[in-house]
Amino acid sequence: MGILIDLDKCNGCGNCIEVCPFGLLELVDDKVQVKEGCNFCRACQEACTYDAILIEAAVEEVEVSDLHRGVWVFAEQRNGKIKGVAYELLSKGRELADTLNAELSAVCFGHNVAEASELTGYGADKVYLVDAPIIKGFEEDLYTAKFVELICQYRPEIVLAGATPMGRSFMPRVAARLRTGLTADCTGLEIDLGRRLLLQTRPTFGGNIMATIICSSKRPQMATVRPRVFKKNTPDKERKGQVIKLDFERGGITSKIKLLDFIEDLTERVKLEDTDIIVSGGRGLGKAENFHLLEELANVMGAALGSSRPPVDEGWIPYSHQVGQTGKTVCPKLYIACGISGAVQHLAGMQTSEIIIAINDDPNAPIFEVATYGIVGDLFKVVPMLIARLKGR
Amino acid sequence: MNIVVCLKQVPGTTEVKIDPQTNTLIREGILNILNPFDAYALEEGVRLKERCGGRVTAISMGPPQAEEMLREAISLGADEAVLLSDKAFAGADTLATSYTLARAIEKLGQTDLIICGRQTFDGDTGQVGPELAEMLGLPFVAYVSKIEDINKGMHLQRMVEEGHEIIELPLPAVITVVKEINVPRLPSLRGLAKAKSAPIPVWTAEELAIDMDKVGLKGSATRVVKVFSPQRVNRGEILQGEPEEQVKNLISKLGDAGIV
Amino acid sequence: MEYFLTEEQKTVRDLARKIAEERILPLRAELDEREEFPWDIIRQLASSDLFRIFIPEEYEGLGGGCLELCLAVEELSRACSGVAITYAASALGALSILEYGTEEQKRRRLPDIASGKSLAAFALTEATAGSDAGAIKTTATEKEGGYVLNGTKQFITNGGEAEIYTVIALTDKERGARGASAFLVEKDTPGFSFGEKEKKMGIRASSTRELIFRNCFILKENLLGKEGMGFIIALRVLDRSRPGVAAQAVGIAQGALEAATDYARQRIQFEHPIISIQAVQHMLADMAIEVEAARALVYSVARTIDSGAKSITEEAAMAKVFASDVAMRVTTNAVQVFGGAGYIRDYPIEKMMRDAKITQIYEGTNQVLRNVIASELRKRRSRQE
Repeated sequence: MGILIDLDKCNGCGNCIEVCPFGLLELVDDKVQVKEGCNFCRACQEACTYDAILIEAAVEEVEVSDLHRGVWVFAEQRNGKIKGVAYELLSKGRELADTLNAELSAVCFGHNVAEASELTGYGADKVYLVDAPIIKGFEEDLYTAKFVELICQYRPEIVLAGATPMGRSFMPRVAARLRTGLTADCTGLEIDLGRRLLLQTRPTFGGNIMATIICSSKRPQMATVRPRVFKKNTPDKERKGQVIKLDFERGGITSKIKLLDFIEDLTERVKLEDTDIIVSGGRGLGKAENFHLLEELANVMGAALGSSRPPVDEGWIPYSHQVGQTGKTVCPKLYIACGISGAVQHLAGMQTSEIIIAINDDPNAPIFEVATYGIVGDLFKVVPMLIARLKGR
Repeated sequence: MNIVVCLKQVPGTTEVKIDPQTNTLIREGILNILNPFDAYALEEGVRLKERCGGRVTAISMGPPQAEEMLREAISLGADEAVLLSDKAFAGADTLATSYTLARAIEKLGQTDLIICGRQTFDGDTGQVGPELAEMLGLPFVAYVSKIEDINKGMHLQRMVEEGHEIIELPLPAVITVVKEINVPRLPSLRGLAKAKSAPIPVWTAEELAIDMDKVGLKGSATRVVKVFSPQRVNRGEILQGEPEEQVKNLISKLGDAGIV
Repeated sequence: MEYFLTEEQKTVRDLARKIAEERILPLRAELDEREEFPWDIIRQLASSDLFRIFIPEEYEGLGGGCLELCLAVEELSRACSGVAITYAASALGALSILEYGTEEQKRRRLPDIASGKSLAAFALTEATAGSDAGAIKTTATEKEGGYVLNGTKQFITNGGEAEIYTVIALTDKERGARGASAFLVEKDTPGFSFGEKEKKMGIRASSTRELIFRNCFILKENLLGKEGMGFIIALRVLDRSRPGVAAQAVGIAQGALEAATDYARQRIQFEHPIISIQAVQHMLADMAIEVEAARALVYSVARTIDSGAKSITEEAAMAKVFASDVAMRVTTNAVQVFGGAGYIRDYPIEKMMRDAKITQIYEGTNQVLRNVIASELRKRRSRQE
């Protein structure tokens, strides 16, 4: 693989320099030169009208065959309860499977997971339920080995999982063991039906840039998706599917790591992902004590308390409240952003909320670009008025 | 204890934009830095060395200018550093990157612990750590927030959504760490002096005796086919008037939406 | 201004600046408000090897001199002089061992000071003996292979936090100043305790306490130099440490000048930034001139000391007096540039003014030091006649 400039043909017009998405081309002595870091995206080749750019094509050993069919969703559970992201992925997976005219399956690991049969209601044609006491908790080594075994046996073409701590930890191991591609934290999934490719779009550079990624030569195509990115369909109780119970035979699989204990973090009780209203504060609050004001508003509205990153970094509020790229992704009915300027990292975590209210004294704050209703003003005046009026109702 | 810390050089800001005219990444004036998440990995490696003895080796795959970042790692306590740099490594996704790093770590010899940051600042995938563990056939724990005890194995705290798990991990192993684990130190004068003159070997594909089909773009399973700026449509309305009026207006709108 | 610093000296300055900006600046208001001793920052200074720069290599230092120390103190002080003085006071304590300690005393104490594991302190002042240092009352009575200390030292920087104290006490009350001797006393010695932390006007992050000795027995090997040399040691050591106080003053003044300039650029009055008003411009210009002049003098004196000059009493006093008077004027005027905002504790500038005041007082008041300079002048002229 490589990129070469044919110096006889290059006339230094610079067309290619402008289109390189990574800014890696430059003119040296009226000829184009390529800096380190080329992704061989071919944008320059398309722009060059003199055929001066040669990109040695990679030999694409397509291991893709008709043998790989079907869309899988890893349905994560903890303590027997299936996580919301599994239902969201099944809802999206149904769409993808329909486009591909393929089956949608859920794969669930655990012990006595009562909800597993409900997965069909969200669109799964089949549920592979691996039920055994030894995988009651998250035994990562066992999960990895078993999941790889199932993929090799049933050959899905697409595998989706939640970008939760669990998914982000064990999916890469599955992908590496299968030597296939994995795209992290996707926010968009589409199908290129002609090539049966999954077009995986994800934010990069902290959400400032979106990239669409494909995995053309390996199967399955794997992606993780953050919770609350896709909407969960209303379950269809009538929908029938097949639940296939699989044993977990330890065989040669051993778990090298041992889970000794679990310490519940009380502040983690804030279930931002599951609440209808979030009142969130940013740097504009000025100090830790001022979160009391938002707490009061949250109490009046029956809302949960969120935060952008600066208050967490300053230690005003624990990390579990953080919404955004490095915190939680939320999608409530109402999101009230107080004193939050709206850095892309924060927007990435909340912009799909149904109604967004922004209260900020800077009329140019980017938060107003995503706000349904904006109030340009002092939050220390506006919020108490809001509390007073809501209390009065 | 032989500790390897994997580092990446990244742009010093994620505030990059795409020029709407040319549709290219605007990179002017952006300095490259040590991936902030990797600073915690390096610090933890140095602290472990101070606790149990041994050596810390920093490795990075990247262009020749990443040498500068490896020198910084030495000033921050790494004993030595190796740069993996070759045109053939260009365009690598996490699969090809972890393969290349794995071959280099094997070449380094006996290693007890490999530490990575939880994710990079630019790519944000967090996949190289676990994929590297798989390539090396080593046990792995992600999101480590505390190393409690080291004897034959290690007792670690892993951050999960609902709290912390205490995990026993046999060595050798791979871990990724979160920022809660430590506060990275600043350089030392002796470290800076050492960093200035330290030899930083550059290992190419040839030196790694690597399978060329598994590195760089050729060894990557995924490929970027498009990059673009996130689209944001302003759907909003700025409420006018005195605060009293704005608040009244807002509440009536929320009432219409059936929220209050 | 080009000060012809070596690469190593620039590294010291840049690293101290980095620590100041990344670790001290975010905390300084809180440290000042809570009067909290900055242990975390001290540990960072230690791990960055800054305590090594004033200690020779054979005692695990990096072998720098007075100029290196001044560069570090100035940069730390630019952010918070409460932190800077804590650091500089350890250097002062170490200096007495370095200059007058036996090989055994140096080997035993200096490596821990160099690594930052132990802080050092220097104790001369007493309730009755400020500028009149000869009036000290603490005694050291010889007894069974050692000495018994009795008395109370006052206003001791790093008191209660340092591990190793250089204490000046009378071994012969009859001989007055000539009967004083210097001793090394460790923190946990029985009979040695500390008074309450003083509530100060400025440098509030630093710890200032009384050292109380009640029949405190120390071994003979803790005598520094010879009996009767106590005052000579104190005067010599203070001569060498005064450029450090001067550097502290330069740092405060530099910080105040920068803050005032920034403020003047963004503060709008009469529809213009106040920096466009000539009255303000002249204030800032005078401040800049004075800061640069003070720095030039301090660096020159530090270099004179590093060149091995024997008699530096006059030069060291000049640097300290000039730089501290500059710091006081510059910070006062910086508060003036800030106007009402400068008087409010939300801004860092009033702290700088409070911090500056002490540099005119400690390690020899500027009045006493002017006496010293004048007496040197007189002596020199009379020698020339």
